[in-house]
Amino acid sequence: MDFDWLSKYWPLLLDGAFQTVALLVISVGFGFILAIGLAFAMVSGGPVTRSLARGYSTVFRGTPLLIQLWLLYYGVGSLLPMVPGLRHSFLWPILREGFFFAALSFTLNYAAYEAEVLRGALLSVPKGELEAGRALGMSRFTLVCRIWLPRAIRTALPTIAGEVVLQLKATPLAFTVTVMDLYAVAFKVRQDTLLVYEPLLVVTLFYVVLTVLITRAFGFIEAQVPIRR
Amino acid sequence: MATTPMTAWQLLALEPPGWGGALLTGAVTTVAISATAFAIGLVFGLFGAMGKLSGNRPVGLLLKLYTGTIRAVPELILIVGLYYAGTDGLNRLLQSFGMPPVEVNGFVAAVAVLGFVQGAYMTEVLRGAILAIPAGQIEAARAFGMSPFLRFRRVTLPALLPNALPGMANLWMSVTKDSALVAVVGYQELALTTRLAGANTKQYFLFFLAAAILYLAITLLSNLVFHWLERRVRRGQRLTA
Repeated sequence: MDFDWLSKYWPLLLDGAFQTVALLVISVGFGFILAIGLAFAMVSGGPVTRSLARGYSTVFRGTPLLIQLWLLYYGVGSLLPMVPGLRHSFLWPILREGFFFAALSFTLNYAAYEAEVLRGALLSVPKGELEAGRALGMSRFTLVCRIWLPRAIRTALPTIAGEVVLQLKATPLAFTVTVMDLYAVAFKVRQDTLLVYEPLLVVTLFYVVLTVLITRAFGFIEAQVPIRR
Repeated sequence: MATTPMTAWQLLALEPPGWGGALLTGAVTTVAISATAFAIGLVFGLFGAMGKLSGNRPVGLLLKLYTGTIRAVPELILIVGLYYAGTDGLNRLLQSFGMPPVEVNGFVAAVAVLGFVQGAYMTEVLRGAILAIPAGQIEAARAFGMSPFLRFRRVTLPALLPNALPGMANLWMSVTKDSALVAVVGYQELALTTRLAGANTKQYFLFFLAAAILYLAITLLSNLVFHWLERRVRRGQRLTA
Protein backbone atom coordinates (compact mmCIF):
# COMPACT_ATOMS: atom_id res chain seq x y z
CA MET A 1 0.00 0.00 0.00
CA ASP A 2 1.42 3.29 -1.11
CA PHE A 3 -0.39 6.54 -0.42
CA ASP A 4 2.34 9.06 -1.31
CA TRP A 5 0.38 10.14 -4.38
CA LEU A 6 -2.28 11.62 -2.09
CA SER A 7 -0.11 14.68 -1.37
CA LYS A 8 0.04 15.46 -5.08
CA TYR A 9 -3.46 14.52 -6.15
CA TRP A 10 -5.66 15.77 -3.33
CA PRO A 11 -6.71 18.97 -5.15
CA LEU A 12 -7.84 16.81 -8.10
CA LEU A 13 -9.68 14.48 -5.74
CA LEU A 14 -11.44 17.44 -4.20
CA ASP A 15 -12.47 18.68 -7.65
CA GLY A 16 -13.66 15.20 -8.50
CA ALA A 17 -15.72 14.99 -5.33
CA PHE A 18 -17.26 18.35 -6.22
CA GLN A 19 -18.18 17.12 -9.72
CA THR A 20 -19.73 13.96 -8.27
CA VAL A 21 -21.78 15.89 -5.75
CA ALA A 22 -22.81 18.41 -8.43
CA LEU A 23 -24.03 15.60 -10.69
CA LEU A 24 -25.92 14.07 -7.80
CA VAL A 25 -27.58 17.31 -6.67
CA ILE A 26 -28.53 18.36 -10.19
CA SER A 27 -29.95 14.99 -11.20
CA VAL A 28 -31.82 14.44 -7.95
CA GLY A 29 -33.16 18.01 -7.85
CA PHE A 30 -34.41 18.29 -11.41
CA GLY A 31 -35.28 14.61 -11.57
CA PHE A 32 -37.53 14.95 -8.55
CA ILE A 33 -39.44 17.85 -10.11
CA LEU A 34 -39.89 15.86 -13.31
CA ALA A 35 -40.94 12.82 -11.28
CA ILE A 36 -43.71 14.77 -9.54
CA GLY A 37 -45.19 15.65 -12.92
CA LEU A 38 -44.85 12.09 -14.16
CA ALA A 39 -46.35 10.58 -11.01
CA PHE A 40 -49.40 12.85 -11.17
CA ALA A 41 -49.75 12.05 -14.86
CA MET A 42 -49.82 8.34 -13.98
CA VAL A 43 -52.19 8.69 -11.06
CA SER A 44 -54.68 11.29 -12.25
CA GLY A 45 -53.94 11.90 -15.92
CA GLY A 46 -56.18 11.11 -18.86
CA PRO A 47 -55.57 7.99 -20.94
CA VAL A 48 -53.06 9.75 -23.22
CA THR A 49 -50.89 11.44 -20.57
CA ARG A 50 -51.09 8.28 -18.47
CA SER A 51 -49.77 6.02 -21.19
CA LEU A 52 -47.11 8.58 -22.14
CA ALA A 53 -45.85 8.70 -18.55
CA ARG A 54 -45.98 4.89 -18.28
CA GLY A 55 -44.07 4.55 -21.54
CA TYR A 56 -41.43 7.01 -20.36
CA SER A 57 -40.88 5.13 -17.14
CA THR A 58 -40.79 1.73 -18.90
CA VAL A 59 -38.25 2.88 -21.47
CA PHE A 60 -35.93 4.57 -18.98
CA ARG A 61 -36.12 1.76 -16.43
CA GLY A 62 -35.82 -0.91 -19.08
CA THR A 63 -32.56 0.23 -20.65
CA PRO A 64 -29.14 0.56 -18.99
CA LEU A 65 -28.13 4.01 -17.85
CA LEU A 66 -24.85 3.54 -19.69
CA ILE A 67 -26.71 3.16 -23.00
CA GLN A 68 -28.86 6.21 -22.27
CA LEU A 69 -25.77 8.22 -21.46
CA TRP A 70 -23.93 7.10 -24.59
CA LEU A 71 -27.06 7.61 -26.74
CA LEU A 72 -27.17 11.21 -25.54
CA TYR A 73 -23.45 11.94 -25.61
CA TYR A 74 -22.37 10.15 -28.77
CA GLY A 75 -25.75 9.96 -30.54
CA VAL A 76 -27.48 13.25 -29.91
CA GLY A 77 -24.09 14.89 -29.45
CA SER A 78 -23.11 13.87 -32.97
CA LEU A 79 -26.37 15.24 -34.38
CA LEU A 80 -26.14 18.60 -32.61
CA PRO A 81 -23.50 20.21 -34.87
CA MET A 82 -25.97 19.76 -37.75
CA VAL A 83 -28.37 22.22 -36.12
CA PRO A 84 -27.68 25.49 -37.94
CA GLY A 85 -26.23 28.29 -35.84
CA LEU A 86 -25.90 26.21 -32.67
CA ARG A 87 -22.13 25.98 -32.95
CA HIS A 88 -21.77 29.72 -32.60
CA SER A 89 -24.48 30.30 -30.03
CA PHE A 90 -23.82 30.89 -26.35
CA LEU A 91 -25.17 27.40 -25.61
CA TRP A 92 -22.35 25.61 -27.38
CA PRO A 93 -19.76 25.70 -24.57
CA ILE A 94 -22.31 23.91 -22.35
CA LEU A 95 -23.55 21.48 -24.99
CA ARG A 96 -20.01 20.48 -25.86
CA GLU A 97 -19.27 19.20 -22.37
CA GLY A 98 -19.70 15.64 -21.21
CA PHE A 99 -20.98 17.04 -17.92
CA PHE A 100 -24.11 18.42 -19.56
CA PHE A 101 -24.99 15.06 -21.12
CA ALA A 102 -24.21 13.19 -17.92
CA ALA A 103 -26.39 15.53 -15.86
CA LEU A 104 -29.20 15.32 -18.42
CA SER A 105 -29.24 11.54 -18.72
CA PHE A 106 -28.93 11.03 -14.94
CA THR A 107 -31.83 13.43 -14.43
CA LEU A 108 -34.08 11.67 -16.94
CA ASN A 109 -33.15 8.28 -15.51
CA TYR A 110 -33.66 9.30 -11.89
CA ALA A 111 -37.06 10.82 -12.74
CA ALA A 112 -38.26 7.50 -14.18
CA TYR A 113 -37.43 5.54 -11.02
CA GLU A 114 -38.61 8.25 -8.65
CA ALA A 115 -41.92 8.59 -10.52
CA GLU A 116 -42.75 4.96 -9.74
CA VAL A 117 -41.96 5.52 -6.05
CA LEU A 118 -44.11 8.65 -5.92
CA ARG A 119 -46.93 6.97 -7.83
CA GLY A 120 -47.24 4.36 -5.12
CA ALA A 121 -47.01 6.98 -2.40
CA LEU A 122 -49.66 9.19 -4.02
CA LEU A 123 -52.02 6.23 -4.17
CA SER A 124 -51.38 5.44 -0.50
CA VAL A 125 -52.59 8.83 0.77
CA PRO A 126 -55.92 8.12 2.52
CA LYS A 127 -58.88 9.10 0.37
CA GLY A 128 -60.60 10.70 3.35
CA GLU A 129 -57.88 13.34 3.71
CA LEU A 130 -58.26 14.35 0.08
CA GLU A 131 -62.05 14.43 0.46
CA ALA A 132 -61.70 16.56 3.57
CA GLY A 133 -59.55 19.03 1.65
CA ARG A 134 -62.08 19.14 -1.17
CA ALA A 135 -64.91 19.62 1.32
CA LEU A 136 -63.07 22.63 2.72
CA GLY A 137 -63.25 24.12 -0.75
CA MET A 138 -59.57 23.76 -1.64
CA SER A 139 -58.78 24.18 -5.29
CA ARG A 140 -57.12 21.23 -6.99
CA PHE A 141 -53.75 23.01 -6.89
CA THR A 142 -53.98 23.85 -3.18
CA LEU A 143 -55.06 20.30 -2.44
CA VAL A 144 -52.00 18.92 -4.20
CA CYS A 145 -49.60 21.39 -2.58
CA ARG A 146 -50.93 21.21 0.95
CA ILE A 147 -52.12 17.64 1.38
CA TRP A 148 -51.60 15.18 -1.42
CA LEU A 149 -47.96 15.79 -2.30
CA PRO A 150 -46.55 16.44 1.22
CA ARG A 151 -48.26 13.34 2.58
CA ALA A 152 -46.99 11.24 -0.32
CA ILE A 153 -43.43 12.54 -0.01
CA ARG A 154 -43.41 11.80 3.71
CA THR A 155 -44.55 8.22 3.08
CA ALA A 156 -41.98 7.76 0.33
CA LEU A 157 -39.09 9.34 2.25
CA PRO A 158 -37.28 6.12 3.22
CA THR A 159 -37.53 4.86 -0.36
CA ILE A 160 -36.36 8.21 -1.71
CA ALA A 161 -33.29 8.01 0.54
CA GLY A 162 -32.52 4.65 -1.01
CA GLU A 163 -33.00 5.99 -4.52
CA VAL A 164 -30.64 8.91 -3.86
CA VAL A 165 -27.94 6.50 -2.69
CA LEU A 166 -28.49 4.39 -5.81
CA GLN A 167 -28.16 7.53 -7.89
CA LEU A 168 -24.87 8.37 -6.16
CA LYS A 169 -23.62 4.91 -7.05
CA ALA A 170 -24.57 5.50 -10.70
CA THR A 171 -22.59 8.74 -11.04
CA PRO A 172 -19.17 7.11 -11.78
CA LEU A 173 -20.58 6.27 -15.23
CA ALA A 174 -20.03 9.93 -16.08
CA PHE A 175 -16.33 9.16 -16.38
CA THR A 176 -17.05 7.32 -19.65
CA VAL A 177 -18.05 10.63 -21.22
CA THR A 178 -14.95 12.56 -20.05
CA VAL A 179 -16.38 14.05 -16.84
CA MET A 180 -13.60 14.43 -14.23
CA ASP A 181 -15.61 13.05 -11.34
CA LEU A 182 -14.23 11.17 -8.33
CA TYR A 183 -13.93 7.90 -10.17
CA ALA A 184 -12.25 9.55 -13.15
CA VAL A 185 -9.60 10.93 -10.77
CA ALA A 186 -8.93 7.42 -9.46
CA PHE A 187 -8.56 6.31 -13.06
CA LYS A 188 -6.14 9.12 -13.81
CA VAL A 189 -4.05 8.32 -10.74
CA ARG A 190 -3.89 4.74 -11.92
CA GLN A 191 -2.65 5.82 -15.32
CA ASP A 192 -0.07 8.17 -13.86
CA THR A 193 1.32 6.05 -11.05
CA LEU A 194 0.34 2.48 -12.01
CA LEU A 195 -1.25 2.02 -8.59
CA VAL A 196 -4.51 0.08 -9.05
CA TYR A 197 -5.99 -0.48 -5.62
CA GLU A 198 -4.96 2.52 -3.54
CA PRO A 199 -6.83 5.17 -5.58
CA LEU A 200 -9.88 2.90 -5.87
CA LEU A 201 -9.79 2.41 -2.11
CA VAL A 202 -9.60 6.12 -1.35
CA VAL A 203 -12.38 6.94 -3.81
CA THR A 204 -14.55 4.14 -2.43
CA LEU A 205 -14.10 5.62 1.02
CA PHE A 206 -15.41 8.94 -0.33
CA TYR A 207 -18.49 7.23 -1.74
CA VAL A 208 -19.15 5.38 1.49
CA VAL A 209 -18.84 8.61 3.48
CA LEU A 210 -21.23 10.35 1.08
CA THR A 211 -23.67 7.44 1.44
CA VAL A 212 -23.54 7.72 5.22
CA LEU A 213 -24.09 11.49 5.01
CA ILE A 214 -27.11 11.06 2.73
CA THR A 215 -28.64 8.40 4.98
CA ARG A 216 -28.06 10.59 8.05
CA ALA A 217 -29.58 13.63 6.35
CA PHE A 218 -32.70 11.71 5.39
CA GLY A 219 -32.92 10.23 8.87
CA PHE A 220 -32.81 13.77 10.25
CA ILE A 221 -35.58 14.94 7.90
CA GLU A 222 -37.70 11.91 8.76
CA ALA A 223 -37.33 12.66 12.45
CA GLN A 224 -38.71 16.16 11.91
CA VAL A 225 -42.08 14.86 10.74
CA PRO A 226 -42.89 11.67 12.62
CA ILE A 227 -45.44 9.61 10.74
CA ARG A 228 -48.64 8.68 12.53
CA ARG A 229 -51.09 6.09 11.31
CA MET B 1 -14.94 8.06 -47.29
CA ALA B 2 -16.36 8.86 -50.74
CA THR B 3 -18.62 5.82 -50.68
CA THR B 4 -22.34 6.41 -50.87
CA PRO B 5 -23.85 6.63 -47.39
CA MET B 6 -25.60 3.46 -46.27
CA THR B 7 -29.26 3.59 -45.32
CA ALA B 8 -30.39 2.69 -41.85
CA TRP B 9 -31.57 -0.72 -43.03
CA GLN B 10 -28.26 -1.45 -44.70
CA LEU B 11 -26.41 -0.45 -41.53
CA LEU B 12 -28.58 -2.76 -39.45
CA ALA B 13 -28.41 -5.63 -41.95
CA LEU B 14 -27.49 -8.99 -40.49
CA GLU B 15 -24.66 -9.64 -42.97
CA PRO B 16 -21.24 -8.01 -42.42
CA PRO B 17 -21.22 -4.60 -43.91
CA GLY B 18 -24.30 -4.16 -41.72
CA TRP B 19 -23.98 -4.44 -37.94
CA GLY B 20 -27.30 -6.12 -37.13
CA GLY B 21 -25.75 -9.56 -36.70
CA ALA B 22 -23.02 -8.24 -34.42
CA LEU B 23 -25.61 -6.41 -32.31
CA LEU B 24 -27.73 -9.55 -31.98
CA THR B 25 -24.66 -11.57 -30.99
CA GLY B 26 -23.90 -8.87 -28.43
CA ALA B 27 -27.45 -9.14 -27.11
CA VAL B 28 -27.15 -12.92 -26.79
CA THR B 29 -23.83 -12.45 -24.94
CA THR B 30 -25.52 -9.97 -22.62
CA VAL B 31 -28.28 -12.44 -21.82
CA ALA B 32 -25.73 -15.23 -21.34
CA ILE B 33 -23.60 -13.11 -18.98
CA SER B 34 -26.67 -12.01 -17.05
CA ALA B 35 -28.15 -15.50 -16.75
CA THR B 36 -24.90 -17.08 -15.58
CA ALA B 37 -24.21 -14.24 -13.14
CA PHE B 38 -27.78 -14.53 -11.86
CA ALA B 39 -27.33 -18.26 -11.27
CA ILE B 40 -24.04 -17.69 -9.45
CA GLY B 41 -25.70 -14.94 -7.42
CA LEU B 42 -28.48 -17.37 -6.51
CA VAL B 43 -25.97 -19.87 -5.11
CA PHE B 44 -24.10 -17.15 -3.19
CA GLY B 45 -27.40 -15.75 -1.96
CA LEU B 46 -28.72 -19.11 -0.80
CA PHE B 47 -25.59 -19.83 1.24
CA GLY B 48 -25.49 -16.22 2.42
CA ALA B 49 -29.07 -16.31 3.61
CA MET B 50 -28.62 -19.64 5.37
CA GLY B 51 -25.42 -18.38 6.97
CA LYS B 52 -27.09 -15.22 8.21
CA LEU B 53 -30.04 -17.16 9.59
CA SER B 54 -27.88 -19.84 11.21
CA GLY B 55 -27.09 -17.55 14.12
CA ASN B 56 -23.38 -18.36 13.95
CA ARG B 57 -21.67 -15.14 15.02
CA PRO B 58 -18.39 -15.15 13.02
CA VAL B 59 -20.23 -16.31 9.89
CA GLY B 60 -22.86 -13.65 10.44
CA LEU B 61 -20.25 -10.90 10.82
CA LEU B 62 -18.42 -12.04 7.70
CA LEU B 63 -21.65 -12.04 5.69
CA LYS B 64 -22.60 -8.65 7.09
CA LEU B 65 -19.28 -7.32 5.82
CA TYR B 66 -19.96 -8.90 2.41
CA THR B 67 -23.48 -7.57 1.90
CA GLY B 68 -22.64 -4.23 3.55
CA THR B 69 -19.65 -3.35 1.37
CA ILE B 70 -21.15 -4.64 -1.87
CA ARG B 71 -24.29 -2.59 -1.37
CA ALA B 72 -22.42 0.57 -0.35
CA VAL B 73 -19.88 0.74 -3.18
CA PRO B 74 -20.77 1.94 -6.70
CA GLU B 75 -21.24 -0.93 -9.17
CA LEU B 76 -18.70 0.43 -11.63
CA ILE B 77 -15.98 0.54 -8.96
CA LEU B 78 -16.85 -2.96 -7.79
CA ILE B 79 -16.73 -4.34 -11.29
CA VAL B 80 -13.49 -2.62 -12.24
CA GLY B 81 -11.89 -3.32 -8.85
CA LEU B 82 -12.93 -6.96 -8.64
CA TYR B 83 -12.00 -7.49 -12.27
CA TYR B 84 -8.41 -6.45 -11.66
CA ALA B 85 -8.18 -7.81 -8.12
CA GLY B 86 -9.68 -11.13 -9.19
CA THR B 87 -7.42 -11.76 -12.17
CA ASP B 88 -4.40 -10.39 -10.31
CA GLY B 89 -5.08 -12.46 -7.22
CA LEU B 90 -5.58 -15.63 -9.23
CA ASN B 91 -2.27 -15.14 -11.02
CA ARG B 92 -0.42 -14.46 -7.78
CA LEU B 93 -1.93 -17.60 -6.32
CA LEU B 94 -0.82 -19.59 -9.36
CA GLN B 95 2.65 -18.10 -9.18
CA SER B 96 3.03 -18.99 -5.52
CA PHE B 97 2.36 -22.60 -6.52
CA GLY B 98 5.01 -22.26 -9.20
CA MET B 99 2.53 -22.30 -12.07
CA PRO B 100 2.57 -19.94 -15.03
CA PRO B 101 0.11 -17.02 -14.98
CA VAL B 102 -3.05 -17.41 -17.06
CA GLU B 103 -4.97 -14.96 -19.18
CA VAL B 104 -8.38 -14.89 -17.53
CA ASN B 105 -11.21 -15.27 -20.00
CA GLY B 106 -13.27 -12.07 -20.15
CA PHE B 107 -16.55 -13.93 -19.96
CA VAL B 108 -15.52 -15.84 -16.85
CA ALA B 109 -14.24 -12.69 -15.14
CA ALA B 110 -17.36 -10.69 -16.01
CA VAL B 111 -19.68 -13.43 -14.82
CA ALA B 112 -17.74 -14.06 -11.62
CA VAL B 113 -17.71 -10.38 -10.69
CA LEU B 114 -21.37 -9.76 -11.50
CA GLY B 115 -22.37 -12.98 -9.73
CA PHE B 116 -20.43 -12.00 -6.61
CA VAL B 117 -22.21 -8.63 -6.58
CA GLN B 118 -25.61 -10.21 -7.22
CA GLY B 119 -25.01 -12.65 -4.39
CA ALA B 120 -24.96 -9.85 -1.82
CA TYR B 121 -28.33 -8.53 -2.93
CA MET B 122 -29.73 -12.04 -3.32
CA THR B 123 -28.70 -12.86 0.26
CA GLU B 124 -30.96 -10.12 1.57
CA VAL B 125 -33.86 -11.02 -0.72
CA LEU B 126 -33.75 -14.69 0.24
CA ARG B 127 -33.22 -13.96 3.93
CA GLY B 128 -36.34 -11.80 3.97
CA ALA B 129 -38.29 -14.42 2.04
CA ILE B 130 -37.30 -17.22 4.42
CA LEU B 131 -38.15 -15.08 7.45
CA ALA B 132 -41.59 -14.42 5.97
CA ILE B 133 -42.48 -18.13 5.97
CA PRO B 134 -44.84 -18.86 8.88
CA ALA B 135 -42.74 -20.67 11.49
CA GLY B 136 -45.50 -23.26 11.97
CA GLN B 137 -45.04 -24.64 8.48
CA ILE B 138 -41.41 -25.48 9.08
CA GLU B 139 -42.16 -26.80 12.57
CA ALA B 140 -44.82 -29.04 11.09
CA ALA B 141 -42.31 -30.41 8.57
CA ARG B 142 -39.90 -31.04 11.42
CA ALA B 143 -42.63 -32.73 13.43
CA PHE B 144 -43.31 -35.09 10.54
CA GLY B 145 -39.67 -36.14 10.78
CA MET B 146 -38.52 -34.72 7.45
CA SER B 147 -34.76 -34.59 6.99
CA PRO B 148 -33.29 -31.08 6.58
CA PHE B 149 -32.86 -31.58 2.85
CA LEU B 150 -36.37 -32.90 2.31
CA ARG B 151 -37.71 -30.09 4.49
CA PHE B 152 -35.96 -27.55 2.32
CA ARG B 153 -37.15 -29.09 -0.94
CA ARG B 154 -40.76 -29.76 0.04
CA VAL B 155 -41.58 -26.90 2.41
CA THR B 156 -39.06 -24.05 2.63
CA LEU B 157 -38.37 -23.70 -1.09
CA PRO B 158 -41.98 -23.67 -2.34
CA ALA B 159 -42.97 -21.39 0.55
CA LEU B 160 -40.16 -18.89 0.02
CA LEU B 161 -40.52 -18.59 -3.76
CA PRO B 162 -43.67 -16.42 -3.81
CA ASN B 163 -42.04 -14.07 -1.27
CA ALA B 164 -38.70 -13.94 -3.06
CA LEU B 165 -39.82 -13.77 -6.68
CA PRO B 166 -40.56 -10.02 -6.92
CA GLY B 167 -37.17 -9.22 -5.42
CA MET B 168 -35.48 -11.74 -7.67
CA ALA B 169 -37.20 -10.22 -10.71
CA ASN B 170 -35.80 -6.82 -9.73
CA LEU B 171 -32.34 -8.33 -9.37
CA TRP B 172 -32.59 -9.95 -12.78
CA MET B 173 -33.51 -6.59 -14.30
CA SER B 174 -30.59 -4.92 -12.57
CA VAL B 175 -28.10 -7.60 -13.65
CA THR B 176 -29.15 -7.33 -17.30
CA LYS B 177 -28.44 -3.63 -17.03
CA ASP B 178 -25.30 -3.95 -14.89
CA SER B 179 -23.88 -6.32 -17.49
CA ALA B 180 -23.52 -3.23 -19.69
CA LEU B 181 -20.84 -2.09 -17.23
CA VAL B 182 -18.46 -4.89 -18.22
CA ALA B 183 -18.14 -2.97 -21.49
CA VAL B 184 -16.02 -0.54 -19.47
CA VAL B 185 -13.46 -3.24 -18.70
CA GLY B 186 -13.46 -4.17 -22.36
CA TYR B 187 -15.58 -7.28 -22.68
CA GLN B 188 -17.58 -7.22 -25.86
CA GLU B 189 -21.26 -7.53 -25.13
CA LEU B 190 -24.14 -5.46 -26.46
CA ALA B 191 -23.02 -2.07 -25.09
CA LEU B 192 -19.45 -2.32 -26.36
CA THR B 193 -20.49 -3.78 -29.73
CA THR B 194 -22.79 -0.82 -30.14
CA ARG B 195 -20.01 1.60 -29.39
CA LEU B 196 -17.74 -0.10 -31.91
CA ALA B 197 -20.49 -0.03 -34.52
CA GLY B 198 -21.01 3.66 -33.83
CA ALA B 199 -17.31 4.47 -33.97
CA ASN B 200 -16.89 2.63 -37.27
CA THR B 201 -19.82 4.18 -39.09
CA LYS B 202 -20.27 7.47 -37.19
CA GLN B 203 -23.95 6.56 -36.91
CA TYR B 204 -23.94 6.72 -33.12
CA PHE B 205 -27.56 7.75 -32.75
CA LEU B 206 -28.95 4.91 -34.87
CA PHE B 207 -26.93 2.21 -33.15
CA PHE B 208 -27.50 3.34 -29.60
CA LEU B 209 -31.20 3.57 -30.33
CA ALA B 210 -31.09 0.01 -31.68
CA ALA B 211 -29.22 -1.16 -28.56
CA ALA B 212 -31.72 0.58 -26.28
CA ILE B 213 -34.55 -1.20 -28.11
CA LEU B 214 -32.77 -4.56 -27.74
CA TYR B 215 -32.29 -4.01 -23.99
CA LEU B 216 -35.90 -2.95 -23.69
CA ALA B 217 -36.98 -6.11 -25.51
CA ILE B 218 -34.96 -8.18 -23.04
CA THR B 219 -36.60 -6.37 -20.11
CA LEU B 220 -40.14 -6.66 -21.44
CA LEU B 221 -39.71 -10.33 -22.28
CA SER B 222 -38.29 -11.04 -18.82
CA ASN B 223 -41.27 -9.21 -17.33
CA LEU B 224 -43.62 -11.64 -19.07
CA VAL B 225 -41.62 -14.64 -17.88
CA PHE B 226 -41.58 -13.43 -14.27
CA HIS B 227 -45.31 -12.68 -14.32
CA TRP B 228 -45.92 -16.21 -15.52
CA LEU B 229 -43.56 -17.64 -12.90
CA GLU B 230 -45.17 -15.67 -10.12
CA ARG B 231 -48.66 -16.83 -11.14
CA ARG B 232 -47.32 -20.38 -11.08
CA VAL B 233 -45.66 -20.25 -7.65
CA ARG B 234 -48.69 -18.50 -6.20
CA ARG B 235 -51.14 -21.19 -7.29
CA GLY B 236 -53.89 -21.38 -4.72
CA GLN B 237 -52.94 -18.08 -3.06
CA ARG B 238 -55.07 -14.96 -3.11
CA LEU B 239 -53.67 -12.45 -5.57
CA THR B 240 -55.13 -9.36 -3.91
CA ALA B 241 -55.23 -8.38 -0.28
